Amino acid sequence: MSGDTLIDIRGLTVEYKTSAGLLGSRSQRTRVLEDFSLQLERGATLGVVGESGCGKSTLANSMMRFVEPIAGQIFFEGRDILALDRRELRGQRRQMQIVFQNPFSSLNPRLRVKTIVAEPLITHLDLTPAQLEERIIELLSEVGLNEAFMRRFPHELSGGQAQRVALARAVALNPKLLILDEPTSALDVSVQAQIVNLLGKLQRDHQLTYLFISHSLALVQHISDYIAVLYLGEVVEYGRQADITRAPRHPYTRALFSSTPQPDPESGRERIILEGTVPSPKDPPGGCRFHTRCPQVMELCRHKKPKAHATEAGHWATCHLLDAELESLQGVDAS
Amino acid sequence: MSPASAQPLLAIDDLHISFPTPRGELRAVRGISFQVEPGEIFGIVGESGCGKTVTGRSILGLVPQPGRISGGRIMFQGSDLTAMSQAELRHLRGNRIAMIFQDPSAALNPLFTIGQQLLGIMKRHDPGKRAGHLDAAVSLLADLGLPQPESLLDSYPHQLSGGMQQRAMIAMALAAEPDLIVADEPTTALDVTIQAQILDLLVALKEKRGVTIVFITHDLGVVAETCDHVAVFYLGQIVEQGTAREIFKAPRHPYTQGLLAALPSPDAGQDALKVIPGSVGDMVGDGVGCAFAPRCEFRMPHCDRQTPTLMPLGGQQQAACFLYDEIGEGT
Repeated sequence: MSGDTLIDIRGLTVEYKTSAGLLGSRSQRTRVLEDFSLQLERGATLGVVGESGCGKSTLANSMMRFVEPIAGQIFFEGRDILALDRRELRGQRRQMQIVFQNPFSSLNPRLRVKTIVAEPLITHLDLTPAQLEERIIELLSEVGLNEAFMRRFPHELSGGQAQRVALARAVALNPKLLILDEPTSALDVSVQAQIVNLLGKLQRDHQLTYLFISHSLALVQHISDYIAVLYLGEVVEYGRQADITRAPRHPYTRALFSSTPQPDPESGRERIILEGTVPSPKDPPGGCRFHTRCPQVMELCRHKKPKAHATEAGHWATCHLLDAELESLQGVDAS
Repeated sequence: MSPASAQPLLAIDDLHISFPTPRGELRAVRGISFQVEPGEIFGIVGESGCGKTVTGRSILGLVPQPGRISGGRIMFQGSDLTAMSQAELRHLRGNRIAMIFQDPSAALNPLFTIGQQLLGIMKRHDPGKRAGHLDAAVSLLADLGLPQPESLLDSYPHQLSGGMQQRAMIAMALAAEPDLIVADEPTTALDVTIQAQILDLLVALKEKRGVTIVFITHDLGVVAETCDHVAVFYLGQIVEQGTAREIFKAPRHPYTQGLLAALPSPDAGQDALKVIPGSVGDMVGDGVGCAFAPRCEFRMPHCDRQTPTLMPLGGQQQAACFLYDEIGEGT
């Protein structure tokens, strides 16, 4: 990756304890992320896309240390946040904030908007009441809400307004990183567009770095500079948005593209319908994890894990088809 | 209206549904008319609060309390559902009209196996042929792309994945061989690759079994890929309708245009998305003027005073907008 790296995730492995057997008598370990590595460039948006069970929310929760990974490092400006103690972590959290899908579950229903936005300011800064109020008004206006909203309770807000309040609180302390976990998935299309545009404005105004998590490839393509496609706890393809959009290399990425319904009945594109469902992360398939659903599966894929192959600068995919492509290229070179 | 053809399977005529609230009558559906031809997928698309779900429920006689149908008719196979008794509606729901929901757990009983539930419906529907039910259930599940249908009959709903539960629910809906299926956001809770499978399945059911579907969704892409005709709802009214091809090729109502422009797409790059300003208005009140006017970039003075009705735009396309008032047919 070119440019300045803000976040460098190396070999991250996260397990959850799950219960199995009759009445949960046996406990079992489910590896949700395994030896997971990814970098985020400062000031850019990395979109993380994948279906249920791919580990995208676990990634966000590990970065916030809501869950404790069993191995790996997450370097934030060179400092491993997994090694921080509780007090250091509290300081670190000023630098990174998370916004969730459902704003109503992340905003305290008993507090007025004013108190909700004031909370981080009171905790971390030493402001006079007048300064505090001024700062709250400023933050609300940044997210497109006027002063009158200060006196409202969350239930008096629409979904879009509530998400604006959540964003005002998230940027209150000028963090460097915002983790956005499906921030528009609960919103209507016309409101989603407003929030997406607001995210763009906030990023420019605050030089924010975004980790944008979504199940919607179209949205991730729209908003991201870089895209990571996840399947069952692994990155199967990574690259610049334009490269992935123009030439997706992994069969799973291609299937995601072709499964996304297009508002154009005459698009006439080829449809790749994957069979079956995503296997349980409790018992991932051996070899390539995608081989049970891959339309181009080969014998090799069932037992050998594919390596990452770079296809262009900064664009790579983990697929044995690319081994074959590279070999045939080398064959052509030799002849 | 639509060109003269065989009698429509479903014809909704000036339907009004309202809910009493402390602030006054909430008019969730305000004078909706549309027709569904046999063997088509008819899409109802709109954002939250547009009245799409309550319209779908009214077709099954299931308007939630304390709401009521305050006007209009719902003609199904020539008889008016709004005039039927509860017993008649129950019979209709069991046999002629079925519903598919967003959340399959709402429709599957967790205490009974898929087989018990499916065979139960088949026996109620057709008590005469006893022996054939098991075979019919197996072939139905196989038709729906469910692997190992025999063993599936012995499975409980919680043992199935989300996509499989959705298929099992579709099997329940088809078990009584209904003439009409109302599908309310049937793929919204599913992953996109599973959604693609279910959409393919619904289109195949239409083509192979001639099933008629009223498909309710917020997702314009889903409508474009599955539906033959589309009605775009806004605040309890149809603002535009026509064939899917007409509407997605050349949307005419400013709301439809705004919705399509608000969709993220890779081609748009990171340029700002086109936004429909403001938010959906209020359903209480007399509703004089165009409901979309407060958010419309083409708002004219009389948009606030008069309510536009659907105007023909050539082909089967109609839009309720004064922009097309003087154009009339032939454009």
